[in-house]
Order: sequence, then structure tokens, then C-alpha cells
Amino acid sequence: MDVLPTVWFIAIAALWIGYLLLEGFDLGVGMHMLVTAKSETQRRVMLNTIGPVWDGNEVWLITAGAATFAAFPFWYASLFSALYVPLTLVLLGLIFRAVAIEYRGKGSSERWTRSWDLALGLGSFVVAFGVGAMLTLTTTGLPLNENGDRVGGAFAWLNGYAVLGGLAVVGFCLVHASTFLALKSDGTVRAAAGRWFTRWTPVALLPIVGWVLVVQFQTGTIITWALVAVAVVAVLWGYLNGRVGREGRAFIGVAVFLVAGAASIFAAVFPVVLPSTLDHAFDLTIQNASSGDYTLAVMTWVTAFGLPLVFVYQGWTYWVFRQRVSDHHIPAAHVVRPATGE
Amino acid sequence: MDPLEIARWQFGITTVYHFWMVPLTLGLGPVVAIMQTLWVRTGEERYLRMTKFWGKLYLINFIMGVATGLVQEFQFGMAWSEYSRFVGDVFGAPLAMEGLLAFFFESTFLGLWIFGWGRLSKRVHLATLWIAVAGSVVSAFFIIVANSWMQHPVGVEIIDGRPVMVDIWAVLTNNTAISAYIHTIFGAFAVGGAFLIGISWYQLWQRRRDGIDSVDAGGRVVVGSSATIRGRDKVDHSVWIKSLRMGAIVAVVAFSGVAVSGDIQAKLMFDQQPMKMAAAEAACKTGTSFSVLAIGDLGSRDCNDVVSIIEIPGLLSFLAHGDFTTEIKGVADLVPEYQANFGTNLPNEALLGARAGDEIQYVPIMAVTYWGFRLMIGFGGLAAFAAVVALWLTRKGTVPQSKGIMQLAVVGILAPFAANSAGWIFTEMGRQPFVVAPNPNPSGVDGVFMFTAAAVSPGVSFVEILFSLVALTLVYGVLMVFEVKLIVKYVRGGVVSAMPDLDRKDDDPDHPDATPSDDVLSFAY
Ligand code: HDD
Ligand code: HEM
Ligand code: HEM
Repeated sequence: MDVLPTVWFIAIAALWIGYLLLEGFDLGVGMHMLVTAKSETQRRVMLNTIGPVWDGNEVWLITAGAATFAAFPFWYASLFSALYVPLTLVLLGLIFRAVAIEYRGKGSSERWTRSWDLALGLGSFVVAFGVGAMLTLTTTGLPLNENGDRVGGAFAWLNGYAVLGGLAVVGFCLVHASTFLALKSDGTVRAAAGRWFTRWTPVALLPIVGWVLVVQFQTGTIITWALVAVAVVAVLWGYLNGRVGREGRAFIGVAVFLVAGAASIFAAVFPVVLPSTLDHAFDLTIQNASSGDYTLAVMTWVTAFGLPLVFVYQGWTYWVFRQRVSDHHIPAAHVVRPATGE
Repeated sequence: MDPLEIARWQFGITTVYHFWMVPLTLGLGPVVAIMQTLWVRTGEERYLRMTKFWGKLYLINFIMGVATGLVQEFQFGMAWSEYSRFVGDVFGAPLAMEGLLAFFFESTFLGLWIFGWGRLSKRVHLATLWIAVAGSVVSAFFIIVANSWMQHPVGVEIIDGRPVMVDIWAVLTNNTAISAYIHTIFGAFAVGGAFLIGISWYQLWQRRRDGIDSVDAGGRVVVGSSATIRGRDKVDHSVWIKSLRMGAIVAVVAFSGVAVSGDIQAKLMFDQQPMKMAAAEAACKTGTSFSVLAIGDLGSRDCNDVVSIIEIPGLLSFLAHGDFTTEIKGVADLVPEYQANFGTNLPNEALLGARAGDEIQYVPIMAVTYWGFRLMIGFGGLAAFAAVVALWLTRKGTVPQSKGIMQLAVVGILAPFAANSAGWIFTEMGRQPFVVAPNPNPSGVDGVFMFTAAAVSPGVSFVEILFSLVALTLVYGVLMVFEVKLIVKYVRGGVVSAMPDLDRKDDDPDHPDATPSDDVLSFAY
């Protein structure tokens, strides 16, 4: 058994799941600001529910990427270079979204605010879609040659799985954010989020269920099917509770659904990290893609020390900002004027 | 066209751009934390105002550092997949540590700081800022460790043709990394210092122009307050003069630090990358003199085309070894050595595509190394000199009425930025044609090196990279306009732009320490 590569496969799966779980509602809130919010106040309520935490959540992505680089350099190199174009779009989405969050409230014209809202909403959409496509393709495979390089041109990755995976994460983010908003806000936003959840959840989660099933039918095992069962029960329970306004339970149900569902996917593909659709002899696996044992051991120590700390202080952050955000909390916009006599 | 060229342009452009935000974050962060500490300690209103105002600018800049840093992190795998495969065993570790041990702290605690006003106790709130700032400073360390490994690979053994890490401690305590880290941090403080000076100067000048402050017969400031302009009370004056003088001191200290650490770096570099230093001198022949001004065709890469017209004998030896007589090898002597060790042509491998078998150009572009080195020191020195002048001119409590000097102070903000860019461009381009530079024994590990031409992703096409280059450059360009516009707008607004409460209340100069409600910043968006 390759103990350390297995540990690191689990660690990277955990980082991606952590990312989807946390940034999932940030991205969803960004999209809801375009589709669900009806007024400037509502948009600001929404944005302020994720205000203190979104940047910390995004670091899960950075760390997932960097940890893949450190633990499985061949996986990182093949996946990222094969998906050059979609990842460029994801980067642009991340840039626009981050800057929009900080800058949207600092202008003075309505056009300024509306433009940044568009950047925020579309950016979130592109990021969710791109990350979903990337994760799905890493389970269903890419046309890689014996060196691990993509053949077939810039769009060789574009297939039904990529679209399915993209829609899967977009749909999940919207649902997840609707339970999050219902839980974290008060007043009109809370009500709107609850209505959205009741109405759209069954549709929005269809693609992610599709992705789970595709992987399970390819390489599922008893254990992974058991995880799927957990996911299904959790989401049904969450949905029924959400319908009657039990927001906390709805949130937990959807969260457990994601964790169990994503775990079932990662467990099913193990030990392959990136299959080649040309020849399975070119598959990247935890054995042939990983770093040496020394590097993995060092990283294990660092993670064993660092990650629990992250849990503690990010958890504390959610505790500090546990209060619901409501319309009446939002102060009037402040107009910045030159402090001069001229 | 070759994807290599375009990938290099892209990496260079995005990294240099990232490093415009980075030094301001690194330089301003600790200063804001000190201001808030002073406020918590003394309870003086002026320190609160300083914290809020400079903190606001810090955040406007910070977010751009985050946005552009993400690109950096992804780029290795996207455009440099062969590089990532080759070095992943050792290079990925510091990047992952940076995420786990620095970025998480930085971003989580900054969120707590932004939204924590009034919600956390004063001390805990102050601690969140210090932790976020420490996160930035630690993140810089890890990334410099990664970068320095490319300059001076240590702590590895070659196994199956790849460097495999055998000693993390050697990687983390790489002497190149430690000196480059200290140098870069001080370089960042130079940026922070100039930023404080330029903006405070502008504010004090405005107060004088608007007739709020004046000077008495002895040239000492007579502080006034304005009944019509919000925020222009007596405290306001002390906000700016204090910031200005803090900035000047930071800048002067930073320059001393940069000079001392730079000298150490230069000595390491003579040892580890002799070609880089020879190219920085555009020195063809082996010798001892430091060139102050060279003419001729620096871009030609043939050192015979370059003539040094002003030289200081012995100085180069001093920079390299601390004496005046040791001879330093010139380019002409080094090229045959490199050719003997690393070959005259790239290997004939299919992975190298059209580049396979090309002749290797061991001399970096001398125009870049020569001027990069001098511009770094020149702009840095200029900024430090300006800081000393600023300390002198403001010794009586305010700035001269001259608009020209004010404009100089504002434009001077750019000097240390330019010094930083020049330093990086020199360091990175002086390393060419290697992306991982071989080091002569005994300082390096034998056989650990990689040509830049072998590092680029073999599967990615020219058009793809061109697309990302154009898209990123356009977006970066537009965002730069927004960032600068916002900073200018908030600066024009003075402290009030960061403290809406001052706007609402009638300012009463007799009660400068009436504490404004903090609830507003708690909802930053
Ligand atoms: C502000 C500037 C700057 C900064 C902060 C860095 N570099 Fe650099 N780097 C450059 C400025 C630069 C450059 C001068 O722009 C280069 C040299 C030639 C080029 O095209 O880009 C470059 C090239 C370059 C290349 C490949 C392309 C080439 O050599 O032509 C790699 C992989 C790195 N660098 C890696 C790094 C890493 C891991 C850094 C982290 C500390 C880093 N650089 C910081
Ligand atoms: C090519 C190498 C580099 C990579 C891969 C890289 C990566 C990153 C990433 C991913 C971020 C965003 C983190 C966040 O969300 O908070 C970031 C920000 C930052 N980087 Fe870089 N970086 C590079 C070069 C450098 C260098 C050379 C330094 C410093 C000496 C540096 C210092 C910082 C700092 C202080 C921040 C956070 C502050 C800010 O956002 O302004 N980086 N970097
Ligand atoms: C007396 C003045 C200085 C000396 C002797 C000096 C020396 C050096 C040397 C030798 C290097 C190259 C290191 C290498 O390639 O391994 C370097 C890099 C650099 N310098 Fe300077 N420098 C001076 C002033 C400055 C100033 C004023 C700044 C900025 C404000 C600055 C910023 C940088 C940066 C950002 C780098 C690249 C990063 C690094 O390798 O640390 N330097 N400097």
C-alpha cells in the first residue's frame, strides 16, 4: 500500500470538498445577487452575509491547487495545462468577483454599482461552472498522451461531462446559497431565499446527481454507493425541513449531501487521479503522479498542524459573525467628497 | 510562433503587476497595525483616524493583490507544466505551506478586522490586524523560498532525473532565500514609506492652500481648523504630520536595510550565479572595476560591443568579496565554462518541439541586467534622499506652500515601486537561459538545473497562451485604472472618506476625541 499518497489523495479530496462547501455559498450568493435580489438594499444584505468570510473561503481553492502541486505534481501539471482555456476564464471570474466585492460600494453612480454587480454575478457563475467542469473531467478523463500532455487542441476537453459538471456545481451553489441566505439574513432576503429554495432545489440539484451517478456506474463500489445513499437521505431530509422553514436543518441537509456526494465520487475514482481517455496505460494514479515520500511526510506534518488551526479560527469567525444581517442594519451609502475649499 | 516567448511575456507581465500590489501591502500593513496599537494604547483620536484612513487604502490595494496572486498560483501548471513536473517535489511544498500557514491566516483575520470594529473587544480586534499582517509577512517568506530555490537549488538529490527533496530545512534556510527575503521586505517598506509621505504631504499642502494652517514669523506651524470643510479640524493636522514623519522614518530605515541586505545578496550572487553578476556589470573582461556608466550596444549580448566609460577601480571586488583586488570573472571567460558544463545546444528531445537542438545563449540580455541593477539602486536611493529632505522640510510642523514640491512628493511615490520592479526584473532575467539556475560547486547540488526553453507546457498552443495574455493584460490594465481612481478619490476625501461619522456630525474642534460610532465600517460593503 502507498500510505502517504493515499493520505494525500484524501487530503486533497478534503480540500476540494471544503472549497465547495464554503466558497459554494459565496459563489451562490454572487449569483443570487443578480437573479434573486430585487433592490440595492437586498443586494447589500446578501453581500454582507458573506462579507467577513469570503476571502478566507477562497483560500481553500488556493490551497487545494498548491497542495496538488506539492503532493501530485504530475496531476497538477497535466490537469491545469490541459484545461488552459477554461482555467483562464475561471481566473478572470475570480479576479472580477474579488474586485467587485471590494469596489462595488465605493463608487457614486448607479452605473458603477450595477456594472460591478454584473461582474460579481457573472464572475461567480463562471468560477462555479469552470471548477465544476474541471473536477468532473478529472473523474471522467482527458485525452492525455504518455507524457501527460493534452492532445487534440485547445477544446479537446469540451464534452458532455464538462457541461454536466459545470451545471452541477452552479446548481449546487445556488441551492446551498439559498439555505445560507435564509439562515444568515432576516427580512425580505430571508423570505426570498426560502421561496427560492422550495421552488428550485429539485431542478437545480439534478445535474450534480447526474455527475454522481455517472461516476458510480463507471467505478462505484459498495462503499461509494453507501455514501450516495447517505447523500440522498440527507438532501431529502434537508429539503422537507426547508419547505417548512427549518432553515438550519435545510442548510445541514444540503451540506451533508455535498460532503457525502463528493466523497462518493473521489472514493470511486481512487486510485486514479486523472484518467486518460486515449489509453488507460497513460492514466495518472496516486502512484505515478505523486511526490516522493519525504516531501509527502513533510507536508503531512505541516497539514496536521495547520489544518486543525484553520478549522478553529475559521469556525470562530463564523461564531463572531453569527448574527443575522437584515435590511435595517444596512447604513445609507456614504458619498466621498473632496475635502477641499475649492 | 513559439509558445515559449509568449508564456514568458505573460509570466513577466502578471508577476511584475502582482508585485506592484504586494510591496504596498507588505509595507503599509505593519504601519497601520502600529497606528492602531498606538490608538489602543493612548486612546488618542488622531491614531484612530490614521488607522481608518490608511486602513481603507490598504484594503483597496489588498484586494488587487489577492486577485492577481491567484493567477500566479495557477500559472505554473497551466503554462509551465514541464517545469511543474520537474520541480514539483520541492517547489510545491513552500507554495502549499504558504497557503496553509499564511494565506488562511491573512485572509480570515483580515475579514475579522474589517467587520470586527465594535463587535470585537478593542484588544482582540487589534490582534486580528496583527495576525493578518503577520500572515502577509510569512507568505512573502514562503514564496521567496520557492523563488530562491530556482536561483540556488539546495536540499535535493537527483533521482530518476528529477530533483527530489531530501532536506526541507536546507530549503527553508537557503542563504539566498534569507537574504532575498530581508531585502524584499525592506524594499516593501520603502514603498510604504514613500506612500505615507506623498499622500500626507498633499493633505498638509491642501490645508495650507485652503488657509487652514499658516506659519508664524519663525516658520513654525500655526494649526487652524475649517468651519466649512468636513474633517479639517486640528486633529486632522496632527494626523498628517504624524503620518508623514512616520513614513519618512520608515523610508530611511528601509533604505539602510535594503543596502545592507543587497550587499550580502551581491556576495552570494557572485558565488552562486557568476554569469548574472558579470552581465549586471556588462563586464566582458575579468577585472576589479565597478562600471558607473557604460555605452555601446548593451543589447547585443556580445560584450565586446560594450564600453564602460566611467569606472571605479576595485569596487566590484569589494562588492563581491569585501576586498579591492580579487579579480571577478567577465562574460568572455564564463561562457566557455558554461558551455563545457551544460552544453552548447539544447538536447534533441521531442518535448522541446521546434526549440530542440537550438544553440544556448548563456549571456542574459545585458541591457536589462545592467540597467535593472542600476535603476533599482538609483530609484531606491532617490526615494531615501527624498525622505531625508522631507524630514528636514517638515521639521517645523507643516509643509512649504510650493505646489511643485507637493507634486514631487506625490510623484515620488512611484520611485520605490520602480526600484522593486527593476530589482525583480534584474533577478529573474539575469537567471536566463535557466529557469532553475545551476550553481557552481560547492555551493549548489550538482546537476540541478533547467532551461527555461524546456519548462513551458508542451501541449498548450501559442494561441491559447496569447489569448490569456491578451485577456489578462487588458483586464489588469482596466483594473489599474479603477484602483488608482479609487485611491485618488479616497485621498481627495481625506480622513472623512474613511470615517463617514465625521461627515455627519458637526465637527467641534473643542471636543476632538468624541468617539464616533463604529457601526458603519462593520458593514463594509
Ligand atoms: C516582480 C517581478 C517578479 C517576481 C515577484 C517574481 N518573478 Fe519570476 N520572473 C520575472 C519577474 C518576477 C520576470 C522578470 O518577469 C521573468 C523573467 C523573464 C520573464 O519573461 O519573466 C520571470 C520569469 C519566471 C519564470 C519563467 C519564465 C522565464 O523565466 O522566462 C518562472 C517560472 C518564475 N519567474 C518564477 C517565479 C517565482 C516562483 C516567483 C516567486 C517568488 C517569482 N518568479 C517572482
Ligand atoms: C510567482 C510567484 C508568486 C505566486 C505563485 C504568488 C501567489 C499568490 C496568491 C495566490 C495570492 C493571493 C492570496 C490571498 O487570497 O490572500 C498572493 C498574494 C500575496 N503575495 Fe504573491 N505570489 C507570488 C509572488 C510573490 C512574491 C515574490 C511576494 C513577496 C515577496 C508575494 C507576496 C504576497 C503577499 C504579501 C500577498 C497578499 C497580500 C496582497 O494580496 O496584496 N507574492 N500571492
Ligand atoms: C544599495 C542598494 C541595493 C543593493 C546593493 C541591492 C542589491 C540587490 C541584488 C544583488 C539583488 C539580486 C539578488 C539575486 O539576484 O540573487 C537585488 C534584488 C532586488 N532588489 Fe535590490 N539592492 C539595492 C537597493 C534596492 C532597493 C532600494 C529596492 C526597492 C525599494 C530593491 C529591491 C529589490 C528587489 C525587489 C529585488 C528582487 C528580489 C530579491 O532577489 O530579493 N533593492 N538587490
